Amino acid sequence: MSARVTLATARRVLWQIRRDPRTLALLLAVPIVLLTLMYFVYENRPHTFQAIGAPMCGLFPFIIMFLITSIAMLRERTNGTLERLMSLPIAKGDLLAGYGIAFGLLAAVQAVVVCFVGFIALGLNAPHGAWLLGLLAVGNAVLGMALGLFVSAFARTEFQAVQFMPAIIYPQLLLCGLFIARSEMAAPLYSVSRALPLTYAFDALARATSPRPLGSGMAVDVCVIFGSTLVALALGALTLRRRTP
Amino acid sequence: MCAQVGDAAIEIEDLHVVRGGRSVLDDISLHVASGCVTGLLGPSGCGKSTLMRAIVGVQIVESGRVTVLGDQAGSPELRRRVGYVTQAPSVYGDLSVSENLRYFAAIVGVGRERISQVIETVRLGGHEHQVVGSLSGGECSRVSLATALLGDPELLVLDEPTVGLDPVLRAELWGTFHELAAAGSTLLVSSHVMDEASECDELLLMREGELLEQTTPERLRARTGEHDLGRAFLAVIEQATATA
Repeated sequence: MSARVTLATARRVLWQIRRDPRTLALLLAVPIVLLTLMYFVYENRPHTFQAIGAPMCGLFPFIIMFLITSIAMLRERTNGTLERLMSLPIAKGDLLAGYGIAFGLLAAVQAVVVCFVGFIALGLNAPHGAWLLGLLAVGNAVLGMALGLFVSAFARTEFQAVQFMPAIIYPQLLLCGLFIARSEMAAPLYSVSRALPLTYAFDALARATSPRPLGSGMAVDVCVIFGSTLVALALGALTLRRRTP
Repeated sequence: MCAQVGDAAIEIEDLHVVRGGRSVLDDISLHVASGCVTGLLGPSGCGKSTLMRAIVGVQIVESGRVTVLGDQAGSPELRRRVGYVTQAPSVYGDLSVSENLRYFAAIVGVGRERISQVIETVRLGGHEHQVVGSLSGGECSRVSLATALLGDPELLVLDEPTVGLDPVLRAELWGTFHELAAAGSTLLVSSHVMDEASECDELLLMREGELLEQTTPERLRARTGEHDLGRAFLAVIEQATATA
């Protein structure tokens, strides 16, 4: 691995986003619109809005980066640029880290913008500091990116890549405790939720946005997010083959 | 004609490649001399691209040995020394010409001067800031070629680089290929257009996964009595089918 090549890759990914202003606009506008929509939906229940809306600021990057990375990686595979890269002196780690840095930066920008709207305009609170929320947002984005990268290996077309989002993300959203407390779920569902990375991502975000002390569970959450990211990256690296049929 | 420099650039022994359950390359053995422009010619689907992928080291092979510049094909050390241009241009369509070149230049570790040189070589001066997706097919292939030239590779493996180019551009490109060979690089260029055979120093004739003949344009003409290399190739095929 080389710092020069990793940074060149990150720079290249950012150039691609820069030349796609619509994607950039969607990245920033969609979460703001959704958050505002949620604000009006829960107009008469500010506590519910705080409980759901605040963590969502950190979940948007996860979902969006998953989608963007799975498609970006699929395009590399179908355009032939991945094959070219695999014949050049670039390490797989450079490619993964390059994407991680680029999308991590994008996630940070997205988190800042969304949090700004959420906390200043819509009245959300960050009892443990907005910086913690921002950090979790970036961490979640990298996790989403790692999962998206791994999953792109199983798609041959963009149709399929796009459908991985409902397949992989929605069940996790349903079971992570966003819609109903996990303690109130049936036992088998609760067990499954313990094995899903988004459960811990959401738990960390919920702790960061609730006035209660963070607790030791926070450390567990962060470890799981970190560990899952590493596992997903390692699996993703396995799907980047130098030799193909 | 051919500035032969030392050992063979490529040596292949009994290469067997299977793709999609089908045997695409059947125990092929050949060698490619260094410092020459070698043409890999044959009909579409005969295995030229697969052979090139095996040389570059991105092809899963069933059995056989491929030695490139003294090293096993696909070894990390070779990645800097071998330039590969795929049949379909493999560059980023949503970036400009110069952005593409700057990225690949960073990977092989060359600077802006070299980028200007390769743009000059492929005659794309003035198009640096155009988005590759908006270029014509021929211009796109030239960007793809330019990226392979960045690292000044000792071996250039080019899969049908002149497809979609007009005769003037085609002649210019072949001029460039000869210049590169004169400067010491080895070129392996594939085509299914037999006219281009006359531009090559050496010829590898393939058909249906087999190497029919390793020869030169002069020897081929002399042997078959045909001046037109397309007809000469057909004569070779007829002879091969007759003796089979």
